[in-house]
Amino acid sequence: MTTESTDLERRETPEAIVAVPVRHPWRWVAAAVLLVLAAMFVHGLVTNPAWQWDAVWKNFFSKEVLDGLLITIELTVLAMVIGVVLGIIVAVMRLSPNPILAGVAWLYAWFFRGTPVLVQIVFWSYLARLYQYLSLGIPFGPEFVYFDTNSLIPIFLGAVLGLGLNEAAYMSEIVRAGILSVDEGQTEAAEALGMKRGKILRRIVLPQAMRVIIPPTGNETISMLKTTSLVTVIAVSDLFTVTGQIASSNLQQVPMLVLASIWYLIFTSVLSIGQYYIEKRYSRGSLRTSRGNPFANLFGFGRAR
Amino acid sequence: MSADLMVKAENVHKHFGRLEVLKGIDLEVAPGEVMCVIGPSGSGKSTFLRCINHLEKLTAGKLWVDGELVGYRQKGDKLYELRDDEVARKRREIGMVFQRFNLFPHMCVIDNIIEAPTQVKGVPKGQARERARELLDQVGLADKERAYPRELSGGQQQRVAIARALAMDPKLMLFDEPTSALDPELVGDVLEVMRNLATAGMTMIVVTHEMGFAREVGDSLVFMDGGVIVEHGAPKDVIANPQHERTQSFLSKVL
Ligand SMILES: Nc1ncnc2c1ncn2[C@@H]1O[C@H](COP(=O)(O)OP(=O)(O)OP(=O)(O)O)[C@@H](O)[C@H]1O
Ligand SMILES: [Mg+2]
Repeated sequence: MTTESTDLERRETPEAIVAVPVRHPWRWVAAAVLLVLAAMFVHGLVTNPAWQWDAVWKNFFSKEVLDGLLITIELTVLAMVIGVVLGIIVAVMRLSPNPILAGVAWLYAWFFRGTPVLVQIVFWSYLARLYQYLSLGIPFGPEFVYFDTNSLIPIFLGAVLGLGLNEAAYMSEIVRAGILSVDEGQTEAAEALGMKRGKILRRIVLPQAMRVIIPPTGNETISMLKTTSLVTVIAVSDLFTVTGQIASSNLQQVPMLVLASIWYLIFTSVLSIGQYYIEKRYSRGSLRTSRGNPFANLFGFGRAR
Repeated sequence: MSADLMVKAENVHKHFGRLEVLKGIDLEVAPGEVMCVIGPSGSGKSTFLRCINHLEKLTAGKLWVDGELVGYRQKGDKLYELRDDEVARKRREIGMVFQRFNLFPHMCVIDNIIEAPTQVKGVPKGQARERARELLDQVGLADKERAYPRELSGGQQQRVAIARALAMDPKLMLFDEPTSALDPELVGDVLEVMRNLATAGMTMIVVTHEMGFAREVGDSLVFMDGGVIVEHGAPKDVIANPQHERTQSFLSKVL
């Protein structure tokens, strides 16, 4: 079935098309209006003395603020680690053929998604008072080891547990959706090659699920960074608590709120950029790759390949 | 018993809930035999193939591969279910090729091929790669080892899938309509690879509608309909001289 290419006349390529592109005058109008509004806003920010910018900059890199920032970042990282690891475990349990595992996983998500995270944080920090000591032993039987929970669960750990256990419930749903998004044929092909369940999950299904899991996980991380400010109610000295303390001593409430907001913005921006690169890494082998770094697009540096 | 047969099925039944899909299949496949299976859609061809490597559990009857019971261990007259890892171990010896290829899209071609040998059998990576290159050469894709599946045509993907199955050195290959998802001009390359495999002595069960392949390469031809084997014989005889009316009407549609 060979075609006789010698019979086909070679045609010259015509000149490349040169055409006047469609004009979009309204885009320019909209851009101009927004630009003017933005300029007015910035002008107000800079010139209105009520913002007290000098107070913001004076405290911006102070030791208390930086220490608070570190606590905020530690809380975010630890809570997300617990959330992701436990979330994967709960998701896998939920999809397990064992009805008890699946049921326990369902209950977990039901409970931790059904109660406010603020309540959970306060709960964990009060745990020391609820249980004077934690005991290891047979329920209702003899006890072997005693822990003084006041030292076992210091307040910081309470905050991490409150945030992390809550996050795990949400992450489990994200991971479950990711796992379900992977074509069943993948598992079948791996099974037919003689791979076992755990290995199929780790090497075949989860890497493909990542494409679906990562974008919402990025959102969860960004959201977690801000949610950590709730620990102010149990007096963990995170960024928000610290700026509040400074404000109550120097009575510059608005500048301190602005200061905290700027730091939160800086770190959420960093996280968004990180998210972009991780997404790109996990889209290997897929057709739908993401469409360029939004920051790079906005500021005109770098191009999506 | 039946140690000299590669596959032996004895009154195999399979139900999905109320739906009875296989209604008593008896079949024997000798080592080195190429058996082609044809039949209308929904007749249970895929289900039977999947029973052979225990992707589906039998409801009743018995099935042996290379003299060993599939999915169970027999002690006295009692059957014991095999554990997951025992089932997995047996599957290593049976290669399967799917209609929709099912390559792992997050791995390049050579990683697809070495995945099972390195992860399941513990073959060292270097050695597995060497073998993978041989296999790629064998299926005519020596230059594609770094490509990702989506960068390949359907026919190329299916040939990689065949190489992936062969990398486990199976003693039996199952093909479930390996060419039905392909454009007509890509079918030939895949059939060529399968033909070479048959010539090299591989035992194969091939569900296919490629009657040319069945006639020229197949040692036997099975016609299934409604969960039973209606006709079984030498391909030339079944095609040229079908005994049953159902076979005749099916063949008149595909030939
Ligand atoms: N997992 C399942 N659950 C319920 N029913 C199923 C399942 N798998 C297959 N079936 C049913 O079993 C019957 C036989 O399916 P099977 O895939 O074996 O047919 P087939 O002969 O391979 O058909 P085709 O040529 O279309 O591939 C069909 O009616 C199908 O709907
Ligand atoms: Mg089928």
